[in-house]
Amino acid sequence: MASSTHNYLNHEKGLWSWLTTLDHKRIGIMYMITVLLFFAIGGTFAMLLRTELIAPGETIFGAQLYNQAMTFHGAIMVFMVIIPGIPAFIGNFILPLHIGAKDVAFPRLNLLSWYCLIVGAAITFVSLIYHGSDTGWTFYTPYSIETDNGTTWVVLGAFVMGFSSILTGVNFVTTVHKLRCKGMTFFRMPLMVWGLYSTAILQILATPVLGITLLLLAAERILGVGIFDPKLGGDPVLFQHFFWFYSHPAVYIMILPAMGIISELITAFSRKTIFGYRAIAFSSIGIAAVSFFVWGHHMFVSGQSELAGVIFSLLTMLVGVPTAIKTFNWVATLYKGSVQFQSPMLYALGFLFLFTIGGVTGIMLATIGMDVHFHDTYFVVAHFHYVMVGGTLMAIMGGIYYWFPKMFGKMYNELAAQLSFLFIFIGFNVTFFPQFVLGAMGMPRRYFDYLPIYEPLNKISTFGAYMIGFGFLIGLYVIIDGLLKGPKASDNPWGAKTLEWQTASPPPHENFLTEPEVTAGPYEYR
Amino acid sequence: MSTDNTVTAGGHKHAHHFRDGLHEFEASKFGVWLFLATEILMFGGLFVGYFLYQSRYPEMFVEGASFLDWRYGSVNTIVLLISSLTMALSIHYAQKNNKKACVTNLVITLVCAGAFMVIKYLEYSHKFHLGLFPGEAFSYADAVAPNLAMYFSFYFLMTGLHGSHVLIGMGLIIWVLIRASKGEFNSEYYTPLEGVGLFWHLVDLIWIYLFPILYLI
Amino acid sequence: MFGLIISLLVGKTIKASTFMPVQGSQVAAQVDSLYMFLLVTSAIFCVLVIGGLIYFVLKYRRKSDDDKTAYISHNNFLEFLWSFIPFVLFMIMFGWGWHVFHQMRDFSKDSLEVHAVGQKWFWDFKYKSGKSSAGEFYVPVNTPIKLIMTSKDVLHSFFLPGMRIKQDVIPGRYTALAFTPNKEGTYQVFCTEYCGDQHSSMLAKMKVVSQEEYEQWLQEDASAGLSLVEVGQKVYEQKCAVCHNTNAERKVGPGFAGLYNSERQFADGSSAVADENYIRESILVPGAKVVNGYPPAMPSFQGQLSEDELSGLIEFIKSLK
Repeated sequence: MASSTHNYLNHEKGLWSWLTTLDHKRIGIMYMITVLLFFAIGGTFAMLLRTELIAPGETIFGAQLYNQAMTFHGAIMVFMVIIPGIPAFIGNFILPLHIGAKDVAFPRLNLLSWYCLIVGAAITFVSLIYHGSDTGWTFYTPYSIETDNGTTWVVLGAFVMGFSSILTGVNFVTTVHKLRCKGMTFFRMPLMVWGLYSTAILQILATPVLGITLLLLAAERILGVGIFDPKLGGDPVLFQHFFWFYSHPAVYIMILPAMGIISELITAFSRKTIFGYRAIAFSSIGIAAVSFFVWGHHMFVSGQSELAGVIFSLLTMLVGVPTAIKTFNWVATLYKGSVQFQSPMLYALGFLFLFTIGGVTGIMLATIGMDVHFHDTYFVVAHFHYVMVGGTLMAIMGGIYYWFPKMFGKMYNELAAQLSFLFIFIGFNVTFFPQFVLGAMGMPRRYFDYLPIYEPLNKISTFGAYMIGFGFLIGLYVIIDGLLKGPKASDNPWGAKTLEWQTASPPPHENFLTEPEVTAGPYEYR
Repeated sequence: MSTDNTVTAGGHKHAHHFRDGLHEFEASKFGVWLFLATEILMFGGLFVGYFLYQSRYPEMFVEGASFLDWRYGSVNTIVLLISSLTMALSIHYAQKNNKKACVTNLVITLVCAGAFMVIKYLEYSHKFHLGLFPGEAFSYADAVAPNLAMYFSFYFLMTGLHGSHVLIGMGLIIWVLIRASKGEFNSEYYTPLEGVGLFWHLVDLIWIYLFPILYLI
Repeated sequence: MFGLIISLLVGKTIKASTFMPVQGSQVAAQVDSLYMFLLVTSAIFCVLVIGGLIYFVLKYRRKSDDDKTAYISHNNFLEFLWSFIPFVLFMIMFGWGWHVFHQMRDFSKDSLEVHAVGQKWFWDFKYKSGKSSAGEFYVPVNTPIKLIMTSKDVLHSFFLPGMRIKQDVIPGRYTALAFTPNKEGTYQVFCTEYCGDQHSSMLAKMKVVSQEEYEQWLQEDASAGLSLVEVGQKVYEQKCAVCHNTNAERKVGPGFAGLYNSERQFADGSSAVADENYIRESILVPGAKVVNGYPPAMPSFQGQLSEDELSGLIEFIKSLK
């Protein structure tokens, strides 16, 4: 197909045309810029934290600043990077293209959700004027009620950002149900769409509960309503139930779309149809469904009954089954394929490597008798970084490199991208693998200071963090260099089969010049 | 982006990414239903908290409920039920291309909503007068239960969140009222009216649950 | 199953507690066996997945641009196999974990009860005999112990890595831990629920000693034969050191050196000289006068210090120049 000179990037001109755009592709790019900016801020906090932990005692700042940096690192990375990272950024750009639609169902809501994110983030940063916040991103009561600083602003900011997430969810579910092109049956949708679809359902069902929880916490801080405050007859543990009822599904909001990206990358770079399409599609839905009944595994030692703990342990084990199916199916897809080691594929393979470790350690944590020792130690920190960074962030990076030519019609420097991957992947393992050992040795998390026996491993970990940081700097160079000087990309540089590659790079304003019609599955490499 | 829209028979332009007006209507309605699900879950959190503490402090909740006058609550329930009916009627008349009846019913809905808020205001000011504030501001001296303030925290949070939905609903009704009086709705196109109607029924429905829980039990 | 056998074989040769802290109880040994099992099964799983991955990508790497690939859509038997086998393994892990957890939560024994109170940022211990201590407590070896815990302010969590147990400590309610130490020695206690500035300094030590030594410790009067300043120093180390330095440097609160008789400027603009009465009031009612520039973070120590300890503390502060 000849690429047309008219595309969504030059459809309209000027900053104002971007800020008022209703085009899902442009909104996706705006999300990209904001998410990458927040990632840089959150990452800077991470570097500061690791630098402080390079040796016991105070090295660069005191306990108070450490706790604030820890809180902002967590809140920024969770609410502003990983949650919007795949659905709102990559999903926004790709979902309508994947199902052959001209746009998402509600373009105005889509733009509104971006503004919700910006306003929510702005409110969060207002807290800095009021001495920041030091509660950790989990806002556990009653500490979060008592602490004398700008925590209320962070809570309200997260509340507003929740709307962004809800609106995206409503938009995507409607889009998937109502805007598929001719012939695009549910089982012909790319698995990325299945991932986004199950994520959107979670966003709709879980986020409102976070909303009301955060409102109650704000009311607690402003009015002293006493619902979570033990001094006024409230129950601080109830907050944890409410919080994790959202925040556990939120973990799957972060990982399910990442799994979708991995399905795309593995098929495209091994030129092979996915192994067990339906099993992967249904396991996304299965994970989403079970995720609502496992929140108690964050609370094995919080003072819930033994029976409750045991039931939550059992249900959590069940999440492992669909996750295992996905992992095995991805590996099986490679069998008799034609594997090409381009940078997006490297990230996909990196995902499989790290996510497997993150997954098995998750099962260890789900084993209740074991978790009692590991709970709130660095073992947990290492586990969720393996899943969230090793999983989701790897997928985001792979996704950026994969769709970069589609988004901007340009190619990037492949060698530099591979170098960036190498630093991030090795640096990641150097940073977080020692933290499993630290956790087993009993080092608690959220510690500004630690006992001398933990020093050597912490030093290694900090060194690894610098490697990751350097890797991301190279990644930033790759993106900027590609944007400015990248050679022109063809419409389908990877030879992939899904719909977005059948239109021009970058796509025209309405995605497809003629409405596509689908007659087969998404990965027909025959 | 109006240049992208396509004009259809009824005069309304459906957005460029939909096949036709019906396609747009169905998608919009689906979206509104999804949004209503989030609303129910949000209130659900409050209800769960309410029932948990009610089972923990039953006497305190009985004492708290004794300050609520079921007559106010009943009047408000009836007012909201009427408004729901007129809301449904306004959609019905829009479908029948009867602009006048549609507008009249919307006005009645708005008046009922206003009446609801006035009664809520009377109830609130009565409680504030007694010092029955939520949380730390609670200053009622003759409370028997030591943490009676918590009951009123729940009362004001639940009715307040509901009340704010009534206010938002009133804003939305004014919006569709203006559009209806301009004659924008007809049997071919009444999507905003349908969406606002669904939202308004939900607001009504939540009150149907709040009323017995707070006033009657 | 395979993993189970391997773990039993390997468990015999490699010490299960390779990276774990000292094993202080029977339950800790059980946790470590479970850990070993989990570790070995996880390792096998990782080798299968990651090994298979590496093997496939190397064997099936792209040889030419027009490689033909096999079209394999699915295989029900294989997919059943790799969902069923993990499921069975997960159920074994779950059952084993439950069993171990049940041992941990066994409060049925006739145990020695010790009360522990968490407070920003130290632990207080109280025995039935009336003996109390802070930052350090003693228990006799081979005796079932029950810790009955609560918090004075926010959530804390009592973590004994040597016993492989922890439990959140919640204000307004009691939670408990049970364990039977079987090895004498000093065990580290951590707070593992984030509780503010000095969370990482909220440490304590548990000394597991022989019955005789324990009884002797229970009898002894901690302050017998000590001068007032020494009594004060002891209290300082247990309760004040987390937030106050002995030099003039600020930590959470002001440093103690040179504090006595200095002029204090308060947040409301007034000022006073730090005499004995001022220091006493600052300990018992810290919110009454807050020095300008400091957060009103200090908890009240009303009812927690005896008159002797209070005088000792004041004398100790006076001794720091």
